[in-house]
Amino acid sequence: MVQYTWTRFDASFAALSDVTRRGVLEQLARADASITDLADRFQMTLTGMKKHVCVLEQAGLVTTEKLGRVRTCKLGLRRLDEEAAWIEKYRKLWAARFDELDTVVEELKRMEKVDGRKKRE
Amino acid sequence: MDARRESEPTPMKNRTTVERKSERELVVTRTFNGPARIVFEAWTKPELFRRWWVPKSMGMVLRSCEMDVRVGGTYRLAFEPDGVAFFGTYLEVTPPSRLVWTNEESGEGGPVTTVTFEEIGGQTLLVMHELYPSKEALDAAGTGAADATVETFAQLDELLLALGANLGVLT
Repeated sequence: MVQYTWTRFDASFAALSDVTRRGVLEQLARADASITDLADRFQMTLTGMKKHVCVLEQAGLVTTEKLGRVRTCKLGLRRLDEEAAWIEKYRKLWAARFDELDTVVEELKRMEKVDGRKKRE
Repeated sequence: MDARRESEPTPMKNRTTVERKSERELVVTRTFNGPARIVFEAWTKPELFRRWWVPKSMGMVLRSCEMDVRVGGTYRLAFEPDGVAFFGTYLEVTPPSRLVWTNEESGEGGPVTTVTFEEIGGQTLLVMHELYPSKEALDAAGTGAADATVETFAQLDELLLALGANLGVLT
């Protein structure tokens, strides 16, 4: 786990060592963009921009999705945040359910005690 | 009120954990302070199930709760006021240790839910496992896609903070 994390960090820092790639991340933080958009904005060739995006993608900082002939780039981390937020929401729902279930379990336990023996159907 | 509290002490709440175990699986874990047969009963008798499955914080009211708990039997939970429903079929019913059912309200993309009840020293360890037909179905159930596991989020969040700070300085 630690090893994995550091490998990931190394990849991330390498990805961030370039001024164009930092600019791409900043751009994607504002809005998703295609590789063509990014190439235009940073005045470079499509091939050059593809290479930069590839480095960012391998570091997990950017995700890309091909729709038809257009490859759209998104900030990878934002999606992770979304998933973390969703899982926490889901956890809260189940925690609330299970807290109520505690009450039911306590009640059934008391009923068994009152009955003096196991309640069986 | 105080007298009631004394006679019915509220025990410490046990922790509920959720983990995205793989691209297609979510696992929820919780311990209950009671034997498995009681916890199982609360999952399989509709009059008990409906008391906890819709907590007040969900802001919804159950109109009906029908559960035919046997292999091949079906369940249906309908909400007020518009009758939104959850329904499916029981695939396995093994009292008091295991329940498996389908979730069919969202068509093909619904998960298969497996709940196991393991009794340990008078307590019950409950593990609820939801297996989706595909990564896309699980993503659709919650959020956008992500490859990392929950454990890496904290580190990546820190990185994002650092990144945000750097970008702020650089521009």
